[in-house]
Amino acid sequence: MNVLTYLIPISLLLGGIGLIGFIYTLRSRQYDDPEGDSRRILNDTWDDHPKE
Amino acid sequence: MTSAVTNTPVACPGCVAMPTQDTGTPVADARLMLSLPTIHCQNCIASVEKTLAAHPGVHSARVNLTLKRALIDAAPEVTAAELIRRLEVTGFEAYELDPAAINETATRTAARDLLMRLAVAGFASMNVMLLSVAVWSGATDTTRDLFHWISAAITLPAIAFSAQPFFRNAWSALRAGRLNMDVPISLAILLALVTSLWETWLSGHHAYFDAALTLTFFLLAGRWLDARARSAARSAAEELTALEVPRAWRIENATPVEVSVAALQVGDHILVHPGARAPVDGIVTEGRSEVDRSMLTGETLPEVRRSGDAMSAGEVNLTGPLTLRATAVGQDTSLQRMAALVAIAESGRSRYTSLADRAAKLYAPGVHILSALAFLGWLIWSGDMRVSLNIAAAVLIITCPCALGLAVPAVTTAASGRLFGRGLLIKNATALERLAEVDTVVFDKTGTLTTGHPSLTNWSALNASQQRLAYALAKASAHPLSRAIAEAAQADGIEPTPLDEVIERPGYGTMATVERTNVRLGRPEWVGIETDHDGLCAGLDSGTGNAVVLRFEDKHRPGAVETVSGLQDLGIDVILLSGDRTSAVDRFAQTVRIADWHAEMLPEEKARFLQRLKSDGRRVLMVGDGLNDTAALAAAHVSISPAQALDAARAASDMVLLGRDLSPISEAVSVARMATRRIRENFRIATLYNIVAVPLAVAGLATPLIAALAMSTSSISVSLNALRVRGRG
Repeated sequence: MNVLTYLIPISLLLGGIGLIGFIYTLRSRQYDDPEGDSRRILNDTWDDHPKE
Repeated sequence: MTSAVTNTPVACPGCVAMPTQDTGTPVADARLMLSLPTIHCQNCIASVEKTLAAHPGVHSARVNLTLKRALIDAAPEVTAAELIRRLEVTGFEAYELDPAAINETATRTAARDLLMRLAVAGFASMNVMLLSVAVWSGATDTTRDLFHWISAAITLPAIAFSAQPFFRNAWSALRAGRLNMDVPISLAILLALVTSLWETWLSGHHAYFDAALTLTFFLLAGRWLDARARSAARSAAEELTALEVPRAWRIENATPVEVSVAALQVGDHILVHPGARAPVDGIVTEGRSEVDRSMLTGETLPEVRRSGDAMSAGEVNLTGPLTLRATAVGQDTSLQRMAALVAIAESGRSRYTSLADRAAKLYAPGVHILSALAFLGWLIWSGDMRVSLNIAAAVLIITCPCALGLAVPAVTTAASGRLFGRGLLIKNATALERLAEVDTVVFDKTGTLTTGHPSLTNWSALNASQQRLAYALAKASAHPLSRAIAEAAQADGIEPTPLDEVIERPGYGTMATVERTNVRLGRPEWVGIETDHDGLCAGLDSGTGNAVVLRFEDKHRPGAVETVSGLQDLGIDVILLSGDRTSAVDRFAQTVRIADWHAEMLPEEKARFLQRLKSDGRRVLMVGDGLNDTAALAAAHVSISPAQALDAARAASDMVLLGRDLSPISEAVSVARMATRRIRENFRIATLYNIVAVPLAVAGLATPLIAALAMSTSSISVSLNALRVRGRG
């Protein structure tokens, strides 16, 4: 049962990282245009080289 | 000043449709916003951004496909009109927006705030669920207690943060002495927490921490969907208001100065440019022109105005500049008096209670009574406070409106998303439900079923030299009929005849000389011909003695015929109401195949007509755009107006059609019917789960595992059912 002392904090930590990541994406306005963003990957404008 | 008519060369047929007051309004702000109702794919994004970026003054342009909007950072001298023209050449409809009128922060933060709480609830419920699964699969004694304590440690702060919207709503409802959905929700969450803590303290078997969290999670998901759909609709509605910038030209010391309409006073002299709308009621003191009254009356024939004539706010000046002495401004104008009719009609509209409200009204007291009875029953039977409280909590959790909270928002979000994709904006939360009940549709004619722009009908009856001459004369004027001629000529690729001494006589027409012969294009009586055509027409005198009549017609909008027949196929009666003359309405009704039509209707008559239909027990959808329709729009069961409609008309309607095509209307009716069917189905699904699970809870057989299963399966099945509304499109 000692394994729980590692596993529970680890699971909370991993979940917490996910939560912080989500809050980061939310704050940086990444959900403002979900439809446009999902379409933009199909755009071939910058396929050859990245935008400077 | 009197005959200084700017001759704007028309670059493309798309520009002809542009209202002239838009051209050349300088925008002080370097940030421009455009509404793009027709964009739908990655190619649209790419070509819009490329078109905009190709303009030398544009620093950056970004399209938001979800909002169908483009945000442009540009040099101050770039005007939205230029960019719109470029986009129209590429084939995109575009409208200017006033960024100041769009209150983006307020509408979006509410949805963002809910999403943040949703994320926290989701995170916490997943972790607690992991621990709970361990308990359910057989953890005992100290391990179980440890798991319960850890769950409590996660749950308490998570609930304190995530469930705040429910607690706040419930508290304000209770303070006002009412019951709403949030009262049983808050009670269930709090009771679940209290009994679980108590159980954990006494190292009991059952704790409902996971249930409290999943409950919060699912309900927040419903709230978030709702808020998102509403904020999208609200921002788009604000967008439409942002389309009209209220400006007027006041004459101060003989020079016109641009001022806000609100600053105008009685007695001010105001210059109304050709193509602009009169901002006040007034008397014409200088100039002679024709005015378009169709927004006020539905009448398509322009009227002549000369010095001494009265002009009312909302009339559009067509040819020459007019100077008005204001006789009524602001709230006193006839335009505003007409808007006051709306307030009267609206107060008569009975408050519609949505399906969700009706469900909540039955539900909230039912749940409380049930759980209180379970508590009392067990207390009397067993005398054990702890057991009774546990059972009361289980009843509240199981009956809690997880599925109910999702049933409506999930469906309306899916349906309004689908309709928004087709260019129909739903402003009012209950509009879809009301639309589903519609059995009669009343259309306005001018500007709603028709484009509001005349087009030439007998172009091919002219010989080649007449066509070239007509085009040449038409190019010299910005009058709508001239623009219709230019449009027809450009479509045929005709070269204009070279003209000398072109003079536009506002209110009459254009005259010029060709090889020393006088030629004229204008009002038939001015050109000197008799005509029996009672619609829109103009005369062309080519100097050779035989003048010809050019006939015009206000063409129906794209999709008008299909929409009318589509609605009739759905078993809906279609009625046409117009303020236009009987002959014009009769002809038009035949082309769109509407048997039931009424012409020469005054605004009050339209509203009264709708009231009469209503008292006959009919549910009417009113579609209209003009000021003469606003009272009728407000009196109808549900109403739609096109985006080009007056602000007052849009404000009075529940839905706004963003594109020029009318066909989303018939689709909207069938989507609304489907959506209401799904909402009812969802209620039935949720009730079914309750019927199965509630007896278990009351009998004391419900474990946290059963509660979690019932809650999740009902929520998921309700959401999946809602997704069916989206269809395959």
